[in-house]
Amino acid sequence: MARYSMKVNGRAVDVESWDPGQPLLYVLRNSLGLHGPKFGCGLSQCGACTVLLDGKAVRSCVTPVRQAANHAVTTLEGLGTPEKPDPVQAAFIAEQAAQCGYCTNGMIMTARSLLNQTPQPSLEQVKQGFAGNLCRCGTHTRILAAVMRAAKA
Amino acid sequence: MTAPTSISRRSLLQQGSALVVSFALGAGLPRRVAAQAGAAADLGKPLDPRQVDSFLAIHPDGSITVYTSKVDVGTGLRIAVRQMVAEELDVPVDRIAFVEGDTALTPDQGGTGGSTGIPRGGVEIRQAAATVRQALLKLAAERLQRPADQLTIAASAVWPVSGGSGIPFGTLVGGRRLSLEVNPKAPLQDPARYAVVGKPLARPDVPGKCTGQHVYLQDFSVPGMLHARVVRPPAAGAKLLSVDESSVASIPDVRVVRRQDFLAVVAADEWAAVRAARELKASWSDVQTLPGSENLESHLRSSAVERDEAIVNRGDPAAAMPGSARQLKATYYWPFQSHASLGPSCSIADVRSEGATVWSSSQGSHGLRNTLARTFGIPQDQLRVIYLDGAGSYGTNGADDVAADALLLSQTVGRPVRVQWMRGDEHGWDPKGPPQLLDLRAGIDGDGRIVAWETEMWLPVTVPGTRPLLAADAAGVTQPRGQNAGLLSQNADPPYAAPHVRVVSHWLKEVPLRLSNLRAPGKIANAFAVESFIDELAAAAGLDPLAYRMRGLSDPRALDVLKRVGAMIDWQARPSPNPQALQGALLTGRGLAYVRYKQSENYVAMAMEVEVERTTGETRVRRVACAHDCGLVINPDSLRNQIEGNILQTLSRTLHEEVKFDRARVTSVDWAGYPILRFPEAPAVQVALLDRPALAPYGAGEAAAAPVAAALGNAVFDATGVRLRTVPFTAERVKAALARA
Repeated sequence: MARYSMKVNGRAVDVESWDPGQPLLYVLRNSLGLHGPKFGCGLSQCGACTVLLDGKAVRSCVTPVRQAANHAVTTLEGLGTPEKPDPVQAAFIAEQAAQCGYCTNGMIMTARSLLNQTPQPSLEQVKQGFAGNLCRCGTHTRILAAVMRAAKA
Repeated sequence: MTAPTSISRRSLLQQGSALVVSFALGAGLPRRVAAQAGAAADLGKPLDPRQVDSFLAIHPDGSITVYTSKVDVGTGLRIAVRQMVAEELDVPVDRIAFVEGDTALTPDQGGTGGSTGIPRGGVEIRQAAATVRQALLKLAAERLQRPADQLTIAASAVWPVSGGSGIPFGTLVGGRRLSLEVNPKAPLQDPARYAVVGKPLARPDVPGKCTGQHVYLQDFSVPGMLHARVVRPPAAGAKLLSVDESSVASIPDVRVVRRQDFLAVVAADEWAAVRAARELKASWSDVQTLPGSENLESHLRSSAVERDEAIVNRGDPAAAMPGSARQLKATYYWPFQSHASLGPSCSIADVRSEGATVWSSSQGSHGLRNTLARTFGIPQDQLRVIYLDGAGSYGTNGADDVAADALLLSQTVGRPVRVQWMRGDEHGWDPKGPPQLLDLRAGIDGDGRIVAWETEMWLPVTVPGTRPLLAADAAGVTQPRGQNAGLLSQNADPPYAAPHVRVVSHWLKEVPLRLSNLRAPGKIANAFAVESFIDELAAAAGLDPLAYRMRGLSDPRALDVLKRVGAMIDWQARPSPNPQALQGALLTGRGLAYVRYKQSENYVAMAMEVEVERTTGETRVRRVACAHDCGLVINPDSLRNQIEGNILQTLSRTLHEEVKFDRARVTSVDWAGYPILRFPEAPAVQVALLDRPALAPYGAGEAAAAPVAAALGNAVFDATGVRLRTVPFTAERVKAALARA
């Protein structure tokens, strides 16, 4: 069984997989117990599985584990905790920008990636930056407000 | 339950053989959490909803646990119910634990549907808490040798009014059960003195949801658990002719499970199950019995009718209609829609000889327990259903079906089994919100007042009994064949003054796809038709749509929301369409709608501003204003979140959503085939809450959805002069309508 080394949330890990095409999502959730990223579609259509690969948002449901090898992966858990949240997480909590919360991982990780690249986005830039993330509960306006709040933090 | 008809075991399943972690992170392996805190200690507690102990426990440390069958599907019930209890008992909300939807622990207050979480769930618990308050005063009176009316309650303790030391609740109760019946007359706190109810307290689950700490059902696991995926047939009712197990021979440790036409793969490794389900070769009988979604409207009109029912019958519209100054008629249509949950449904079942446990995100734990027990031959008292959060469900999505999948598989393989549906399973196989067809006719007098009104609608009949579960059907297990999509016929008559009104439903024997309740069942389509047609009447009379509505209403609460929404959107009084309609490339307009939800609950007025691109037909909502009166407001921020969600989700349903199917199967099986609203389309949303602290609270999980489609259609009419009567308002459809104008 092939072994893959990567850095996950700042720590070096080795994982083994029988299938080099296994999506990173399953490795994170089932082998490493990191449940922030969620399975939504497996098709790169909704964004619920988003993680950062070397700081940039990727869809872990279609990222083969072999592609993540020797790279740095950050999950929602790696950003912060309820006690010590990342500014984006803090903004989402302050705006109560979740209903069911199943898409929230993707929203926060996408926001982190967006703000890494564009620290002071306009509302329109944020809307466009989230064009590939789906929210079914209709929490859009709060999510947008949270990202704008995080940009000001 | 009989033995499986065909099971093959290619290799011995070994946990963890597919993937090994050689260096774990922190706690490492998947978290195995207690399903809900305090569960084991509480087993055997009372469940009878007449008993206080069924709803509330006071622990020796003074903390309180609340038990309810109503579940928080992202709606804020967890904080709202705590606030109601905190108010009655003067305890801090963070000293109250919340156990929800566990058939072994929570009294059956009905499922979570019809916006009953607060008005039934919360109100019943509040009455239990009020009963406890009186009991605590009585206990303290005995202990302190003072009359109860010289005692008061504050900060989780009973105190003498005259001063001196008090007795904490925990000490008074001493860890015992209260053994009291709920007193329906126990006095409630005076709303004028509310300190906790009405405050925008933060929801306790949000920090966990934003940091990956919140445990969803999809994240939950139990020891020895296997992963499974179900291989659904290419058409409902197709027979499984053969399975080629060699097609998955290269995937490690996979077991193919077959029971008649139920086909699944089970593996220790989830990815192995996913791949095996995808790659397993099976042949099925060809079934082509669906009418296709293309001409569903005419199919409905010609479908067999079980019976006709006069829902409203006031005056004699047939006689009054011909004498009216002007008569109008129109047909409105709403398609099949999917719950389209963002996370596919999931369940874990652990069937053992001594009893079975099913973890589920179903909105009705008790109903699911009863259905599964009856269907799979398990005594009801040996089957426990425990709720855990899934993705938002908005009614009965795939949750009940996937629970049946998991139970059947655990029963078959003798291990706990987790099943998570794939995207195509959820979009393809969730029971759907029904299509609705309405013919409307009205006669108005010379001033535009309604003289006569007739609604004729085609709706699927409710057949008693639970809807058939996919797994049981496929496995050949006998089960009831109910059909129920909720209360579909409400809000089909105008809420405005009208002397002669008749609403008739043609209840159809069957419709092509399996049905269930989807948020605000029936009411959105009915209000779309009624409130659009009211706009047609106002336009025919050359009257301003807001003034037209207000003239027909006398209930002050109705008038209040309409006045408020008019102010919020800077409503300019004039008839529709906009004088600039159809001039220029970008057409703009405003529209509104009013609904009293279920004709007996929330008052909601909604207005919006839209722009329509003339060349593409693309419709963009710029701004939405909503004035909302649901009586007493428990938590205004949670309430706003629900109202905003209702608005955005229903804009999505109105602009984009339609389940497509061919002669065999649903074909809109992913987010490309079943698009929903995207962020660039998100409008600015403004919500005004008209709080009525002295009145009863209504639920707010659905009401604001009801006027959305009509308000949007009316705004498009104002912008373009074109009336949209078929949902969804896709760009193609709007473009075609503009071309005809």
